[in-house]
Amino acid sequence: MYSASDLRKGLKIQIDGNPFIVTDFEFSKPGKGQALYRCKMRNMISGNQFTQTYRSNDKFEKADLDERKMQYLYNKESDYYFMDIESYEQIFITKEHLGDNINFLIDNMELQVLLFGGKPIDVSLPIFVNLMVIRADPWAKGDTSGTDTKPVTVETGYVLQVPPFVEEGEKIQIDTRTGQYVTRVKD
Amino acid sequence: MRAALLRLTRSFFFGLGFLEVDTPVRQPVIIPERNIIPLQSGSWFLQASPELCMKRLLAAGCEKIFQICPCFRAEERGRLHLEEFTILEWYRTGADYYDLMADCEAFLRYIKENFWLEFLDYGHLLSKSVFYGADGVNLTGVWERLTIAEAFTRYSSVSLEQALETDRFEELLVENIEPRLCIGSPLFLCDYPALQGSLAKLKGENPEVAERFELYLAGIELANGFSELTDGSEQRQRFDDELRHIHENGGKTTGMPECFLRALDDLDRAAGIAFGLDRLLMLIMGRRTLGEVVTFTPSEL
Repeated sequence: MYSASDLRKGLKIQIDGNPFIVTDFEFSKPGKGQALYRCKMRNMISGNQFTQTYRSNDKFEKADLDERKMQYLYNKESDYYFMDIESYEQIFITKEHLGDNINFLIDNMELQVLLFGGKPIDVSLPIFVNLMVIRADPWAKGDTSGTDTKPVTVETGYVLQVPPFVEEGEKIQIDTRTGQYVTRVKD
Repeated sequence: MRAALLRLTRSFFFGLGFLEVDTPVRQPVIIPERNIIPLQSGSWFLQASPELCMKRLLAAGCEKIFQICPCFRAEERGRLHLEEFTILEWYRTGADYYDLMADCEAFLRYIKENFWLEFLDYGHLLSKSVFYGADGVNLTGVWERLTIAEAFTRYSSVSLEQALETDRFEELLVENIEPRLCIGSPLFLCDYPALQGSLAKLKGENPEVAERFELYLAGIELANGFSELTDGSEQRQRFDDELRHIHENGGKTTGMPECFLRALDDLDRAAGIAFGLDRLLMLIMGRRTLGEVVTFTPSEL
């Protein structure tokens, strides 16, 4: 159990069976009065936010969270299968739950899976991934504007804007936080 | 800038004929107060305020005394709280809380004027200061005195009585009232509920409230002053209530301050105030957190 004095930004607690992360925290204690702990919290599954003020004698359950290193295996329709690197245990996460993350998943990629009460609730991808360009329009020679970009499709089916010199068959690095092109990479 | 504030504070009180005192920080028994968690030091405690020792000095014959010292309160940490912080306290015999309000007015005016003279060449460092910045507060004239009951009527959806009954006093004070006290000049919030000033004298014409005030500057609580309760048996009764409350709520009690209670019999009319010097420095320098104005924060040690 946590007590109110443990509250701080980033603390993960469990309320009514849901995991919450404290995203903002302010301590106050007016005059000779009682201490107040004002917290802004985000539900780690639904993303819903709320603000609540707690007192010194309030207690909180620790969120039953576990982060494990896993490897992406394959997808079968909208189920995406992962394997725990240590225990070889396999789990699946639905496409809906993975959201934009599916744009960057390639076979055998290692990533962190966050489990709550044994159920996966989130994945953390590497910040940078290298993906093969599978479709790109040829660079129109003579286009000297230099600042233009063009759309390409990478091996996961994700479409993004890149500089015009990027060609089909090349690998590019993408920042998974923004989904944007970083640089060309050589094998 | 901290050095300048300490020096100017001393020169202000020396100018008024105050004696600077230096009392022990570590004591076997400290003030029983329900909302202050003591910090232990061996089998003794670190003071949460120098109040007990300073009032013993008044009882022993000192008339005007001040002290600048570290104070400790466990589990208090935040933008405006540190477990160790610097308090300025001053006491006057033959005075009441109105005299202390006048002291506050004179003290801040003195600091504002003289601090500026010391840093004339560094004015750009003070551009966000509550004294010297573009939205600087006005210290002239008599500062507004607002009773807690009036403040609840004016700024909160429920009355003071209702707030106390439903245990929402602090919450409404912090969320509805304090943000409205940022009014371009300092303000005294006064006549707090009797229960929230266990060492304060009750008001003659209204014993529901204590002769106690908090000074607010730019919406931030800077000082807590009151007319001292000097009736030893009533003080013992109030400490008993505090000790029982702390015990019932599973807190650690440090015992009855017997030496202090004995001394109280020799004390007549007096008033005293605790002033947060770190918070004042923060406002003068235009910073947002106490951590920015202390020499080292706990995480830097």
